Formats: sequence, structure tokens, C-alpha cells
Amino acid sequence: MAVCTGCSLLCDDIEVTLESGRIARTKNLCRKGLGRFRSLYSERASPRADGSEVDVGDAISRAAEILSGAKRPLLFGWSNSTLEAQQAGIALARKLGGVIDDTSSFCQGPLMELVIRGQMPTGTLDDVRNFGDTLIYWGSDPTSSHPRHMSRFSYFPRGEKLQKGFEEDRTAFAVDVRESPTAKIVADGYFQIPPGGDAEFIEAILSVLDGKMPKVQDKKRMISFVTTLKKAKMGFIFPGLGLVYSLKDRLDLFSQLVARLNEGVPFRVIPMVGHYNMRGFNQTLFEQTGGINQVSFADGEARRGQENGIISALDSCDAALVVGSDPVSSLPAAFARKLAKIPVVVMDPHRNLTADLARVVIPTALSGLEAGGAALRMDGVRVELAPVVEGASPSDAEVLARIREVV
Amino acid sequence: MVGAMEIYQLTPKINCKKCGLPTCMAFAVALLAKEKNIEDCTPLLEPKYEAKLKKLREVMAPLASASETGLIIHDEKCYGCGNCVVACPVNVANDPRGSAIGLGPKSDKVILMVEDGVVKCLNPKECRRFGPNRIMCNLCTSTCPSKAIEFV
Ligand code: SF4
Ligand code: SF4
Ligand code: SF4
Ligand code: SF4
Repeated sequence: MAVCTGCSLLCDDIEVTLESGRIARTKNLCRKGLGRFRSLYSERASPRADGSEVDVGDAISRAAEILSGAKRPLLFGWSNSTLEAQQAGIALARKLGGVIDDTSSFCQGPLMELVIRGQMPTGTLDDVRNFGDTLIYWGSDPTSSHPRHMSRFSYFPRGEKLQKGFEEDRTAFAVDVRESPTAKIVADGYFQIPPGGDAEFIEAILSVLDGKMPKVQDKKRMISFVTTLKKAKMGFIFPGLGLVYSLKDRLDLFSQLVARLNEGVPFRVIPMVGHYNMRGFNQTLFEQTGGINQVSFADGEARRGQENGIISALDSCDAALVVGSDPVSSLPAAFARKLAKIPVVVMDPHRNLTADLARVVIPTALSGLEAGGAALRMDGVRVELAPVVEGASPSDAEVLARIREVV
Repeated sequence: MVGAMEIYQLTPKINCKKCGLPTCMAFAVALLAKEKNIEDCTPLLEPKYEAKLKKLREVMAPLASASETGLIIHDEKCYGCGNCVVACPVNVANDPRGSAIGLGPKSDKVILMVEDGVVKCLNPKECRRFGPNRIMCNLCTSTCPSKAIEFV
């Protein structure tokens, strides 16, 4: 059985058939995961330094040179790397006195921070399968982002306490600005809200909980929705980026709602982390420094602050190491232009836009397929990864260790 | 997908019983259920029904690819999400340690499973829509986010 690193569900029931060392057939892998597996054979990165093809050893030396020459290097990416690589990355940042940040910085970070700090009740996906009878997909569309979420854990499978599965034992709702494929599946449980309407919707639930009339949505429907929530034996909310972006600095409103629901029944929150090991990075950095992202090791001390998030750090950093991430395509163009002005080292299994503008490119193994290690699933459960095929490139962890030896 | 009424419109509508059935409507239903072939209606092969015959062959073509239960899979629409695999009552009954609890099938008696990112139909005859005690089960189609499974 192989593990899929296509998303943060880390499905571990994947059957792979090899033919002459190549992946020929797979079972149980969703289409998205299949894309990840097939990416073994397309658009692979090749080692480059200062515009010429070099060998991996030379690319690593050149990377070390750039990073040790920088006053304030930024080490960014990490959510597509193993726990071992993340640890090596944090150790490197410490040694360099640099800044380390990951994609959660402009993504699920604020919510994940509450979960990791223990300020938001959470649970595992196995709890969801066994006990979760009332589910809310909020600003998330697992069908597209985590295709097997509903079938492996949340809605369709039979659980210990839920032998009848979705037909009778589970009730699912979706709150979203558009009728996503997930909203279509939950059908009558779908609440459409206007863009930015999440705060109002939360307030409406709170009103009903207070015995008042909701200000938005159909009143009867809202009341029956809240009644269902109040009757949950164990409820789960799966918030996506839609909710985090919409609430911005009003995330406390969401905390307030979760706390209110928990006065009556257990309601847990599992953020729909995208990349396979974002949770791993946040948790590892938190354990080592007390911050889940945006940490600087300048002057030998770990400090957390917004100025260390990639968005601000690009103004102050004079070199960057980007690992398993493509900020040039995911950030607005203005930030990409800033990145283009400093020397960039990219470590990635694949060619991408950031690699195209980088001064040094170090190709790495595709984790879970060509290199082993471990990762944390979106719910914090540790999953071991073992290589499935042999690859030509070193793992992130190996490259980082080699850089650290020479800086 | 094509219905019995549409097929009926393409029969000779003369209720001659040569196909062994009492009416052309009954023949249309039997055609849809794959209990009869187009050629069983001999009058339809006469030159005057040439246009109808051609059209009928056209509308029946997609059904040829369907399994005996009439299940058609549209590969290009399938996410490989496994909802149908986990929801199918036959999968659940035959595979309590696999698809019933959300995992990939551990039994070879399942009807549906995901292979190379797309759902596959393995034992169509096990489907509850098949055989003498058939029922109108639709759990695989109603749990699918993209109408990738269809019955004809
Ligand atoms: S749901 Fe995610 S982890 Fe599971 S097979 Fe699909 S992409 Fe891979
Ligand atoms: S043989 Fe053809 S025309 Fe005659 S009853 Fe059957 S379907 Fe109708
Ligand atoms: S119709 Fe019912 S029994 Fe047949 S494959 Fe679909 S879910 Fe399974
Ligand atoms: S047929 Fe539909 S429900 Fe089944 S795996 Fe494909 S997309 Fe999912």
C-alpha cells in the first residue's frame, strides 16, 4: 500500500502496480492523486546555476554560497515536504539567522494557529468517521480539493456508531458562495451566502441560539438548521479558505460560534488544509519556536512577527530559498516582481514559474513516491511515507542537510 | 438519456406482434431493457422505415457500451472520489472491511471501485437493478458529484 501526497488526507490505501520500475496502474487513487503520481513523469526540474546546466553537487554549493552570503535570507515553502525536511529547514534557518515562513502565512494559518494552540476544539478524521453525525463544510469544497474526504471519512462511510452511514445517521450542510459540487451532494443542506457574508451568517446562527430571529436567510430554515446543530451527538465543521478569507480579522466570531455550540454538544473543527504537510510544518515550528509560521532567527533568537511573513519579508530579505512551492504563480504579480529582484534558490521536483526566475535550481525527489519520511494529515495524525519507485534526485531533507554542512 | 417514449416513436407503430410482443410500445421497453434487439422487429427492416431504423440505431448506440444493468460510466466526468464506491449497498454488504468504512475495496465481490483515478464497474450482475428481484437503486448516481454514472 502506498500513501498519496496529493492532498492533506494522505490516503494510505493506494495500490500500485509497477512495470519495469514505472507506475503502470493504481487502485483507489482519486483523479487528483493520480495527477500527483503521474507528475513523476512530466516537467521534472533539472539542476541549474546562474543560467547554465550544472550537476546537483554544484547547484547545492552555489545555493550554500548565496544563502550564507545573505544578511537576511528567507526560507519559504515547506508544506510539500516531509517532517524530516521541515526539521532540516528549520535547523538551516536557525544556523543562517534567517527568516522561515510557509504557505499557511496567506492561507489557513490563522485558523490552524488556534487549533495547534489548543484554542479551537478539534478531533481526528477517524472520529469523524466513527462519531461525526452532523457536518458543516464551510467555505470548502472537498469534492474538488480533497476528493476522498466525503467517502473516506466524513459523509459516506459507515462508522462505529454510525452503521447506516449517510442515509440515516449523518446530516451534512454546506455554506458557500456558490453551489459547489459538494453543495450539490448535500442538496437541501446547502446555504448560499453572498461573498463576504460569513460573518452575517455566523451572527444569524448566534441569534437563533439566543432565541432571536435571524437577520439573514429564510427564518424557518435557519431555525431548523440550528435545531439540527443543537441535537448533534458529535458535530464537525470543515472550514476552507473561503471562510478564513471572508472573516479576515473577525475570526474570533467563528471561535465564539464554536464555543457557543460546545456549550450544548461537542462540536469540533478540522481546517481543510490544502498541501499534504502544511500542518506538519506549522506544528513542528510551533514546538520549536512557539510560532506556527513567520519566524526570524536573527541574532540567534527565534522571534515571531508579521514582518517575517513572505509578503512583508520580501521587502527586507536579500535572498530566498523556496522549497516545494511556487510563490510566483500563487502570489500577486507585485510580490513576484520583488522576488525576481533577489537571488532565489529553488528546490523542487518540478519545473515551475519560480524555478524559471531562480538563480539556482536543485531538483528533488517527489516525496511519498521517490523518498520516504513522515507527514501530518490535516487532523494532525502522523502518516509514514515510503518510496514507491526509485528516483534520480536527492530528497529535500538530504539537500538541506548538505547545504547546512557548508554554510 | 434516451427513454422508452423516444424509442417508441422510432418503431413502425403498427402493433403487428411479429417481434413476439403485443405492442410496439412493449417492444420499445424491451429494447431499452436489452431484452430484444432492433432486428427482432422485422417490419423495421423494410425500406419504407429506413430513416426510422437509422435514427433508432443512432439513439441505441450509447446503450451498447452500457453493462447489462444499463450502467454507463463517463470517464471524463469522474473525480475518482469514491462516493459511489462507498455508498453502493452491494459494496457495503460484500466488503465490510473495505468500501463500507471508506477504504478502497478489499473484496473482489464489489461492483464499483476506482482504478487509475476513474470508477470501474466490476460485477454488474450483482447490482440491485439487475435480476428478477431488481429494485430501483440509485445510490451510486445520487451520491456522484458530477453525474459520471448513468443508467439507461
Ligand atoms: S483524496 Fe487526496 S490524498 Fe486521497 S487520493 Fe485523492 S489526492 Fe490523494
Ligand atoms: S414487430 Fe415491430 S412493428 Fe410489429 S409490434 Fe413489434 S415493434 Fe411493432
Ligand atoms: S444501482 Fe445500487 S447496487 Fe447498482 S451499482 Fe449503483 S449503488 Fe450499487
Ligand atoms: S462516478 Fe461519481 S461518485 Fe463515483 S468516483 Fe466518479 S465522480 Fe465519484
